[in-house]
Amino acid sequence: MRTGIVVFPGTWSDRDCAHAVSEVLGQPARYVDHREERLDDLDLVILPGGFSYGDYLRCGAIARFAPVMEAVTDFANRGGLVFGICNGFQILQEARLLPGALLRNASCEFRCEWVNLRVEQSESAFTLDCRPGQVLRIPISHGEGNFFVDPQTLGAIERNGQVVFRYCAPDGRVTAESNPNGSLGNIAGIANARGNVVGLMPHPERACEDLLGGTDGLALFRSAIHALDRVAV
Amino acid sequence: MTYHAEVFVTLKPVVNDPAGLTIKGGLQALGFDSVSDVRAGKYLVVTLDADDEGDARSRVEEMTRQLLANAVIEDYRIELKVPSPATAAGQGGGS
Repeated sequence: MRTGIVVFPGTWSDRDCAHAVSEVLGQPARYVDHREERLDDLDLVILPGGFSYGDYLRCGAIARFAPVMEAVTDFANRGGLVFGICNGFQILQEARLLPGALLRNASCEFRCEWVNLRVEQSESAFTLDCRPGQVLRIPISHGEGNFFVDPQTLGAIERNGQVVFRYCAPDGRVTAESNPNGSLGNIAGIANARGNVVGLMPHPERACEDLLGGTDGLALFRSAIHALDRVAV
Repeated sequence: MTYHAEVFVTLKPVVNDPAGLTIKGGLQALGFDSVSDVRAGKYLVVTLDADDEGDARSRVEEMTRQLLANAVIEDYRIELKVPSPATAAGQGGGS
């Protein structure tokens, strides 16, 4: 799985992603500068977390117009795997590659903690190795992760099975108490209709080694490897 | 001609505004009991060169649609400040 990790000014989770992909999973990875215009050598593009362009105006609003984003859009439209984590999720929404927007947390607090995520579907490229209903323990670290979308679009993504992860209790129940940021429907991650573009607020790259407190994030990266194997066969 | 456009970006009424709610709580804690709602937003002043007022307005509309506001969650209002003749003359004269 040839992975490209996009680095904007202000990106901060690029090295964590590179470590997870290359050191933990043993897959080739390279950094992609925000000015690059070609991604032909890649199977997977990760937009990592951080504060691209200082989060000025809106999270992801400026990054969305970086030269690399045109290439990312073409890559996604050709069926390439695109994974937006935290700020990367915000950028994918600003780029209209995923629906909705991420508002300030309902608590107005920056939340940095481990959460439980219920896998809602195992058809997306990043959940093939999971089973629906499975609970993953993965950390969040954000101030603006409050998922919002208009009611009509919400109905559509629910019907289409585009909701990939919901915040939940350890036993998988979706409760108000387990929602860390006020997201509609406890939504933590969604996919595009085709399932090759996924964005989520939690950080799976920070849950790939026991030393860091858990390895549940590995399932998402391994799913991407298997999604590519499927295409190759 | 140089124009100044004031752009007011606000969350749509249906969008929850945690910052506004927190500010409202602060005002009520100060004793401003008559406050029933606060909505927070952004205020931008864009200085630009344009041929005339219509040109300036359409450019600012376009830049607001593309970048300054996100139509998924935000509304916007633009107020164009037309330069006064004195200001325009001053700029022309380089004073």
